[in-house]
Amino acid sequence: MAEADLIQVKNLVKYFPVFTRGILLKKQAGFVHAVDDITFSIRRKETFGLVGESGCGKTTTARLILNLIGPTKGEIFFNGKNIINMFNSSKKEEKLKLRRKMQLVFQNPYGSLDPRMTVYDIISEPFIIHKHVPKKEWKERVYMLLKQVGLEEYHAERYPHEFSGGQRQRICIARALAVEPEFIIADEPVSSLDVSIRAQILNLLGDLQKTIGLTYLYISHDLSSVRQISHRVAVMYLGKIVELANADELFDYPLHPYTEALIEAVPIPDPKTKEMKIILHGEVPSPINPPSGCRFHPRCSRAQEKCAEKEPMLEELKKDHLVACYFPLID
Amino acid sequence: MEDTILSIEGLKTYFFTEAGVVKAVDGITFNLKGGESLGLVGESGSGKTMTALSVLRIVPKPGKIIEGKIIYNGTNLLDKTEKEMLQIRGREIAIIFQDPSASLNPVYTIETQLGDVIRAHENITKKEATDRIIKLLELVGLPEAETRMREYPHQFSGGMKQRVAIARALACEPKLLFADEPTTNLDVTIQAQMLELLNELKKKFGTSLVMITHDMGIIAKLTTRVVVLYAGRVCEIAKTDVLFERPKHPYTEALLAAVPRLDMKKTLQVIPGNIPNLIEPPSGCRFHPRCNYATKECEEEIPILEEIEPGHFVACHHWRDIKLKGEKEHLG
Repeated sequence: MAEADLIQVKNLVKYFPVFTRGILLKKQAGFVHAVDDITFSIRRKETFGLVGESGCGKTTTARLILNLIGPTKGEIFFNGKNIINMFNSSKKEEKLKLRRKMQLVFQNPYGSLDPRMTVYDIISEPFIIHKHVPKKEWKERVYMLLKQVGLEEYHAERYPHEFSGGQRQRICIARALAVEPEFIIADEPVSSLDVSIRAQILNLLGDLQKTIGLTYLYISHDLSSVRQISHRVAVMYLGKIVELANADELFDYPLHPYTEALIEAVPIPDPKTKEMKIILHGEVPSPINPPSGCRFHPRCSRAQEKCAEKEPMLEELKKDHLVACYFPLID
Repeated sequence: MEDTILSIEGLKTYFFTEAGVVKAVDGITFNLKGGESLGLVGESGSGKTMTALSVLRIVPKPGKIIEGKIIYNGTNLLDKTEKEMLQIRGREIAIIFQDPSASLNPVYTIETQLGDVIRAHENITKKEATDRIIKLLELVGLPEAETRMREYPHQFSGGMKQRVAIARALACEPKLLFADEPTTNLDVTIQAQMLELLNELKKKFGTSLVMITHDMGIIAKLTTRVVVLYAGRVCEIAKTDVLFERPKHPYTEALLAAVPRLDMKKTLQVIPGNIPNLIEPPSGCRFHPRCNYATKECEEEIPILEEIEPGHFVACHHWRDIKLKGEKEHLG
């Protein structure tokens, strides 16, 4: 167990049961393999990117880490402590303490702010719950938080509908910062924002990391923004991590055919770059009955018999570069 | 390049809401040549979708086209009767919308929906129509077209639905196709498949394409010429490679600098401020409150779109005086 790790996820599994509609009783028809045995760790003060297409289990992973849903199997450590046990057993105060350390910023800033609360109420609500700021200091603290995310004091008296998407996302970030967390999960924080506003929020996240030493789990399907903000990146496909490496290494020298296909599929905003080549055909298979062996094999150009039979393990092929593939792109 | 197929002159589409008049499209002028791929770039509220809807004359209420001309093949579409427009929509000019789940009717099969389009425009039997539909669906890469066309939209994945929507748009081989953010809801690998498909079909049918998007990557890969819109007005028109190499409008430059790139890490330049409210848009140049180069003149006078080199139009008072970053790189 490395000292530098803030979060450790070990063999995490989450299956969601699927039911068929019966006349009287529901019948269980199978499981959605949302997250299937993933292991990774997030170092202190780093931004860990999690990428993948819709349905690959990115958001489920985030919800598991925050214990918003319980895992089917596996362990999660925060600061070296097993938090699944803590959430299951310990007292309310203990849980609250733990909750204070981890916060979430959602994708949709229109849905995640209560329209009937002022910004002041929204940002000070965590103070009511966690009681970590004396009431006299609330106002001062709210103003400070607003300033930290690039808003003004007079914004405190306004309601969410008076703000644009980018400003709302700033409010969400201020609310997350109100409890002085160590760790923030940002789940697609810029995908619903306009292009000119995205850079503002990405830069804000970067600046906050530098000034208060936050650790992020940055979840997105937008590879360009992931590269921009992350130190290390994990690529997920159908509930599995298929590759994990430093951001530059991963995007410049991908080892897994799926990672390569993902990268190739992103159009580069420069007409001079080479033509896009499509390597990936078909669609992501159903997570209810995932393919045998390597889950990517039906769409993989390098697949051979072995791939369909036995699942490849995530192994360190180069230094700090893990990949789960029998025929990685090394030539 | 062939002749101009579509030319829009001074188009104004306003929305008369209770809160005031929203000037969604406020004097947009550009043209499109036959067989061309034109990109229409802008953020939300820039008027890119409303421009497309105006051309098809399907602007939703309380919106109204109040001024301008839309010349399609020599005639002004705004002078046509509704009956004449019915003949044009789908057959001459078609559109693919952003969200295929919303643009396909959930209670009809794919066969019925595509058949309706074909039989509205062509006098053919049901059997002939069915054969056409199968061919079309195979063309857009829908596997087992013959059986799957009897299914309903909810039985298809997002990517497949968008393929069906593309097939519907192309059913009567239109000469002009608007694609309004057709890949925004899709995953990147599916997006790549769609872009490839659009490109192929465009070549095959010789259709002119107007690609509406906010994604600079798609613009770079798919279009030959670009119109940049901001708050209902045109900022800049240029060939795609010229626009990326030496943008002349501060907004275009800022937009390019604000987009992260997958092939390199760079410092993201921030465009300060927010997108303006179109009920009371900023005076003069609408970008001036967010522009680094703005002066008093920009606040007071609306810049006109001028041609600064052949085929390169800019609406900015200061394009001559300011050295944009893109240009410096170009010179150095």
